[in-house]
Amino acid sequence: MMRRLLSVWHARNLEFLRDRGTLLFTVLLPLSLIVGMGFIFGGPPRPLFKVGVLGGAAAAHADAFLQTRYVQFLSVASAVNGLREVRRQRIDLLFAPGRPPRYWVNTDSPKGYIAEKLLLAADPHAQRLPVSGKAVPYLHWLFPGILAMNLMFSCLFGVGYVVLRYRQSGFLKRLHATPLSPFEFLSAQVLSRLSIIVLITTVLYVTVGTMIHFHSAGSIALLLLITVLGALSMIALGLTIAARFASEELVNGLLNLLTWPMMLLSGVWFSLAGAPKWVQWVADALPLTQLLHAAREVMLYGAGIGAIAPNLIYLAAVTLVFLAFGAWSFKWRI
Amino acid sequence: MSAPILEVRDLLKQYPGVSAVNGISFSVPPGICFGLLGPNGAGKTTTIEIMEGILAPTGGQVRYRGEPLGARFREEAGILFQATALQNFLTVRQSLAMFRGLYRRGRDIEELLKLCSLEGLAGRDNRKLSGGQLQRLLLAIALVNDPQVLFLDEPTTGLDPQARRNFWSLIRSIKAQRKTIILTTHYMEEAEILCDEIAIVDRGCIIAQGAPGALLRQHFAEVLLELPRADFPSAARSLPLQLIDTEERIEITTDDLDATLRTLIAAQVPLRNLRIRPANLEDLFLELTGRELRA
Repeated sequence: MMRRLLSVWHARNLEFLRDRGTLLFTVLLPLSLIVGMGFIFGGPPRPLFKVGVLGGAAAAHADAFLQTRYVQFLSVASAVNGLREVRRQRIDLLFAPGRPPRYWVNTDSPKGYIAEKLLLAADPHAQRLPVSGKAVPYLHWLFPGILAMNLMFSCLFGVGYVVLRYRQSGFLKRLHATPLSPFEFLSAQVLSRLSIIVLITTVLYVTVGTMIHFHSAGSIALLLLITVLGALSMIALGLTIAARFASEELVNGLLNLLTWPMMLLSGVWFSLAGAPKWVQWVADALPLTQLLHAAREVMLYGAGIGAIAPNLIYLAAVTLVFLAFGAWSFKWRI
Repeated sequence: MSAPILEVRDLLKQYPGVSAVNGISFSVPPGICFGLLGPNGAGKTTTIEIMEGILAPTGGQVRYRGEPLGARFREEAGILFQATALQNFLTVRQSLAMFRGLYRRGRDIEELLKLCSLEGLAGRDNRKLSGGQLQRLLLAIALVNDPQVLFLDEPTTGLDPQARRNFWSLIRSIKAQRKTIILTTHYMEEAEILCDEIAIVDRGCIIAQGAPGALLRQHFAEVLLELPRADFPSAARSLPLQLIDTEERIEITTDDLDATLRTLIAAQVPLRNLRIRPANLEDLFLELTGRELRA
């Protein structure tokens, strides 16, 4: 028995080691995840509070409160933006240095209460401007993220693996011998997956939304548009991966290399508001970030199409780029 | 004589370090079954795939009805590859309908099911078909656009003798509809039964071409006598006969059967297991391509 087992073990090892692409990704994927996560989440301890600061850098350095440790001070461009963030409890205070300094605190926010105590200890004469606004429950905040993540996995793996299987089995070669063009084939794949994922997302939205008593603050039609554009961008990305390769393990590695950073950096589980700028730039380049930002703005805060237009334009643009690249690099056969 | 439906001109296909096709040229008149025969690695599948338009040649060209392969060819060609998988979870009828949708014109699905003896299997999942049934479905798919030219690449490889004969009768019924068929096969009997004209390909070149009967007459004026090796004494090897020594038997080619028989009787060679037969395509194939196993 041992001899037979060793024979198969040896042959399988050779098969794996000689598939260079797969081997590379098996090593590269965990390595890049560890290095990447180390860069993003490593470093000094995380701040406990987030405070928005109105005004220039000179004013910021002059105030004693702004020297408080373990508080992250974020520069806020306008009072309107800052107040919106305080009301949504995405920052704990909005602080305007001056004589006397002023601050806006959300009276419904437990963290705002503690941050206010810290501020008054440093600046006892600071002028209090109370605002109110309920924080979005974490489950409701997470809901768009879970829907978007499901959409991402379904589109990337659903399309990528199917096209790969078609190529490996020779079905694509058979289709090549018909009048079907690569563009027609890819478009059919896109539309098929799109209709399936829109249906699945709708069913999930209704059933899970009912279970957790979630009601969208914004337009359902706009949500549908976001879902369609988000799904299109993910399907197109999946097609660019599946357009050429024939190794199942290599495609799996590539898809994982795309999905893991998106899952961690796109704000599915937690906000990246306090992350370093370069991390936010990387995150902003990911289609899932754009999709999720638009979905949360509409679902949680009732944003209109104007507010999320940049996200929608970005999703449409990357879809076109990925589809064009996929059609250009498409291979019918191994 | 009618204009050729397909013309292959100076076809070249080179891969790094390998020349798969070396200047093959031939033309195929409409309505015939044209066979491409050759040993493994001879270049016949490469040639047929270039003719099918799914592989680009390094040089030369293929013309369909006098024009380079294009949209018209794709609409009018039917193809059955050596091995093709279909989509999972689809039935026979659904698979046919999917391929029917890719062409502007074609045959009715019910007609195809009947033609390929698939009526009773129309609702069956593709994955639950036997080898012969799957091959009939793939043939039906190749016929879905009512093609003017049908490519069959080793269509009966792996089928049992009944399924193979059933497939031959299907091909004959398609031939009867004046369709042009391009066939590659390893079965010489298949080529002899189905083909009106054959080309034998070896090392990327055509080494013989013509009607099977004419080629046999050209290469074999003789008949073949076959004797088991055990019945052929060593002393008889020095007889003035044309001998071919194979593992199992001794083959003697002769154009004077009476004289050869007299020689064997005189040498006291036992003749109770003697077989006399005319040369066939397999003999021609081995004669032209050699009997040694290729590396």
